[in-house]
Amino acid sequence: APAPAPASAPAPAAAAPAQSPTAAPAAPATNAAPAAAPAPSTPAPPLSASLSGPFPGGRVVRLHPVVLASIVDSFERRNEGAARVIGTLLGTVDKHSVEVTNCFSVPHNESEDEVAVDMEFAKNMYELHKKVSPSEIILGWYATGHDITEHSVLIHEYYSREAHNPIHLTVDTSLQNSRMSIKAYVSAPMGVPGKTMGVMFTPLTVKYVYYDTERIGVDLIMKTCFSPNRVIGLSSDLQQVGAASARIQDTLTMVLQYAEDVLSGKVAADNTVGRFLMDLINQVPKISAEDFETMLNSNINDLLMVTYLANLTQSQIALNEKLLSL
Amino acid sequence: MASRKESSGAAGGSFAASKGKGKAAATGDSAVKQVQIDGLVVLKIIKHYQEEGQGNEVVQGVLLGLVVDDRLEITNCFPFPQHTEDDADFDEVQYQMEMMRSLRHVNIDHLHVGWYQSTYYGSFVTRALLDSQFSYQHAIEESVVLIYDPIKTAQGSLSLKAYRLTPKLMEVCKEKDFSPEALKKANIAYENMFEEVPIVIKNSYLINVMLWELEKKSAVADRHELLSLASSNHLGKSLQLLMDRVDEMSQDIVKYNTYLRNVSKQQQQKHQYQQRRQQENMQRQSRGEPPLPEEDINKLFKPPQPPPRMESLLIAGQINTYCQNIKEFNAQNLGKLFMAQALQDYNN
Repeated sequence: APAPAPASAPAPAAAAPAQSPTAAPAAPATNAAPAAAPAPSTPAPPLSASLSGPFPGGRVVRLHPVVLASIVDSFERRNEGAARVIGTLLGTVDKHSVEVTNCFSVPHNESEDEVAVDMEFAKNMYELHKKVSPSEIILGWYATGHDITEHSVLIHEYYSREAHNPIHLTVDTSLQNSRMSIKAYVSAPMGVPGKTMGVMFTPLTVKYVYYDTERIGVDLIMKTCFSPNRVIGLSSDLQQVGAASARIQDTLTMVLQYAEDVLSGKVAADNTVGRFLMDLINQVPKISAEDFETMLNSNINDLLMVTYLANLTQSQIALNEKLLSL
Repeated sequence: MASRKESSGAAGGSFAASKGKGKAAATGDSAVKQVQIDGLVVLKIIKHYQEEGQGNEVVQGVLLGLVVDDRLEITNCFPFPQHTEDDADFDEVQYQMEMMRSLRHVNIDHLHVGWYQSTYYGSFVTRALLDSQFSYQHAIEESVVLIYDPIKTAQGSLSLKAYRLTPKLMEVCKEKDFSPEALKKANIAYENMFEEVPIVIKNSYLINVMLWELEKKSAVADRHELLSLASSNHLGKSLQLLMDRVDEMSQDIVKYNTYLRNVSKQQQQKHQYQQRRQQENMQRQSRGEPPLPEEDINKLFKPPQPPPRMESLLIAGQINTYCQNIKEFNAQNLGKLFMAQALQDYNN
């Protein structure tokens, strides 16, 4: 089988922690010419030995939403006449995946026959970024647009000098098929060695990861999709509690609908869903009414007392202010 | 693309124009009525704290954008490295200059319009913040400071507030005179030190498309922390900080009282001295000797230094913020408790 890399030891990935992940050429989805497979492995046997783990479908790229927002924003600010923008991706590598947490755009010029990238600028920006987050390294580059062009190959080569086997991310801002498709690739050389060589971009799985606070931030920003002039204000206090409860109410309605459908036979019953529902119902604790009353009252008393104290403190400092200005 | 460029050029012009307008308005209202933030900036601030901030260290950064009429639009931001290493040769100004120059190459608005800072349980009313914001507002009329509270955000809803110094406080800071008389003259109370500017979040259409795309692709479950009833930890910490501040405040009050007592004691002493002098002079006159020269009273009795009032103003302002936060928090919790009660009644 054309699998020189993954077959070897998965553990010593520790040998190459700082390097970007090398491609797993054994992406069985693509029928790479078997002749090509031995070629990349021979010049770097220690590297392929340190290639970590089995990746049947390819490596996973974990993307944070801030990266996408940055890319779209730099696309909106592109120079006149530029069809697309490119930039560097920054992030961290670990054994099984690559996590892209930051990016910045790099000015470049592209015409029919040539492409020029301001690598000096890219280096400078990377140094500046490193001062803030020293743990981020260059993982690859991104480009807007829905296709990989020949220029991409050249640019990819530029980036191979910065990062070991860089990742290429495309964000389709031209909205082909009415979707903004986001894809990631690694390159693998192909062709007949010695004669015509080419580069093939193998796709990778893209997963979106969020920090908790990021999730909350994205939820809030998402609300602009629903307002007419794309503007929302920040709500306060009980409004937030109300909104959160409304969300739960919606999900509960969905679940109820599902249960009704199953009962009336419209939908086939699914045991796993049934078990989840059982768990859900059993999570509501059974407390006797008096115990609950006591708990509720003591909590309410605590909160009321704290509010009272806060009000008292505020009136104290107001009084103090008045006295001092006499 | 081109229109963006034009608007940033025009904004440069209108920026100067609004500065003139702002100065005229400084006596009355503030120059900025609303702050409009791009979704991108929110995400960047969240990420910066998440990755580089631990415990109660603050993370800071610079806000970039432009001013449109009385609205401040914040379109981008970049973080500032922290001072942990104490690198002697790390030049902040140089870092800023380089960053802004590079960003200009990629058509990002390079106008400095403010700065942001994270906060620990709402304790941001400090002398350092006042000084920084004063220098910003002095240089750029419309600048704001964005305060991001990560702990409150982690509890369920984004907590981002924009503050400016009131024009009155700006005047006082310009004079650098923080004695009690000057502050009394300016009529500043802790409530009109900072003013909060309402924030709206705005996204472009393309970003909305991207957000829809994300929504479809990422199957991250909804988080419901906002409805959690287990909140006493947070409340406890806030109250602890409040108590510390109140202690500081009482110390400050004691200091002020001692000063007042000293002043009145000195007044008495002066009075006694003057009386004794007069008596002696009368005695001498009756004896026919020349009266003693009047000595300069002030040289004998040096007046005690009045304590600077800025500290106590800041402490009062901080206590006020804490109390506001606590009350807001409590209101939410009460609502949640009543909901839980309703549910339980229904069950029974």
